Amino acid sequence: MSEFIHHQTAHCENGVTVSLLKHHGVDFISEPLAFGMGSGLFYIHIPFMTVNNGPAISFRTMPGAIFKRTCKALDVKVERKKFKDSKDAMAFLDAKLAQGIQVGCQVGVFHLPYFPKEYRFHFNAHNLIVFGKEGDRYLVSDPVMEVTTSISAEELEKVRFAKGALAPRGHLYYPVEVHKITTEQIQNGIRKGIKRNCRDMLNIPGSVAGVKGIVHTSKKIRGWREKLGPRQAGLYLGQIVRMQEEIGTGGGGFRFLYAAFLEEAAAIMQNDELLRVSEKMTKAGDLWRDSALQMSGIYKGRLTEQKDFEACADLLVEISAVEKDAFKDLSKIKL
Amino acid sequence: MKKSDVPQDKSALEHFTREVCYVKNEDGHYDTELSTGWETKKVALDEAWKEIERRTSDAREKIKRGEASPILFFMEEKLMDYTVLAGYTGIWKFRIKRHLKPGVFRKLNDSVLQRYADAFEVSVHELKNFKA
Repeated sequence: MSEFIHHQTAHCENGVTVSLLKHHGVDFISEPLAFGMGSGLFYIHIPFMTVNNGPAISFRTMPGAIFKRTCKALDVKVERKKFKDSKDAMAFLDAKLAQGIQVGCQVGVFHLPYFPKEYRFHFNAHNLIVFGKEGDRYLVSDPVMEVTTSISAEELEKVRFAKGALAPRGHLYYPVEVHKITTEQIQNGIRKGIKRNCRDMLNIPGSVAGVKGIVHTSKKIRGWREKLGPRQAGLYLGQIVRMQEEIGTGGGGFRFLYAAFLEEAAAIMQNDELLRVSEKMTKAGDLWRDSALQMSGIYKGRLTEQKDFEACADLLVEISAVEKDAFKDLSKIKL
Repeated sequence: MKKSDVPQDKSALEHFTREVCYVKNEDGHYDTELSTGWETKKVALDEAWKEIERRTSDAREKIKRGEASPILFFMEEKLMDYTVLAGYTGIWKFRIKRHLKPGVFRKLNDSVLQRYADAFEVSVHELKNFKA
């Protein structure tokens, strides 16, 4: 097996997908392509749930889905395993490394030693690649980091068995069989990825998911100042901004990443209509950045009036309309 | 977002990494650019930490007034909710809620306290003798 090459990406799961596939000779794969084929873009405001004492909002699809869908589209066979016992989990990993296999691992970030302390919350759906072992230190390629790093066996065991929501339980995965991939397969993967993403953004029943979910959040925002008081309401807005812009999103709540995918897809499908939708997604991303700026005025304590909350909410309504138009347009394009 | 507009502000990522942003280059095509951070979201993260500090000092006050056991302080300090703490200790949530009462906490035996101590990465002694 050839030497492992680290690829830095915006998002961890895309990064693991890209690095593992490239390692198996899938040269064409890029982060936007993996994200698009995996129908990564989403919006959901989960009701009756709080995360770190703030609203539970996500701008992307559920953890694990991108890797699974992209591999399936490319007919890549994947082996995955979870463990009851942490010693078994480490022994299994060691055995795979001894065979020269690079392994994707789901981990919690709270105990991840090379992350800045400020970023270490109990978030359990982070992904990294273990690509070797030197002495008792594991060589780690974390896709959001610029360079590779290493962690001790004890540290790795701890993060692989982090507890709480989405506990990884030692979850690891790696491609076992990669065939030659045809252009037709790639095109089909793109077609399917786009179709599924249109469905997710436009057709999920209820009011909390897809483009309707964005309007749902806007309605909530209008009531937050009254209901929670300005300080708590500001923290809630801060949480939205973090989910949207923090490391791992590529900026603008993954919208720029999706726009980049559509641009790549236009070339592969030889269909310039996709470029028009790419432009619309870029506009949506820019508007998300504008709304982050508006929201920051509130949590910085500079803006405190109800009209300032209304302005945030109005921006979200506008974003929802832009994204609705983009996905309607996208769903009509014959690919 | 244009490549030239990518913010390069100071953030907690300094000395750790820079993050990948998807941006439009001069020719109007998508490209990536590394960013050191964006002040807008840095403040959001700072505010979240201020809130954690506020909750931790609230917990101290409650313990001083005899309204909560030391478990509350360590829970807040380690950013844990009941689900996370239940996961690390193997103790059911409703039992944890009971253990937050000072009277119940005082009667806990060392093997239960050890589980909390391990979850909080402190010693049983520190947990028992926590001074708010």
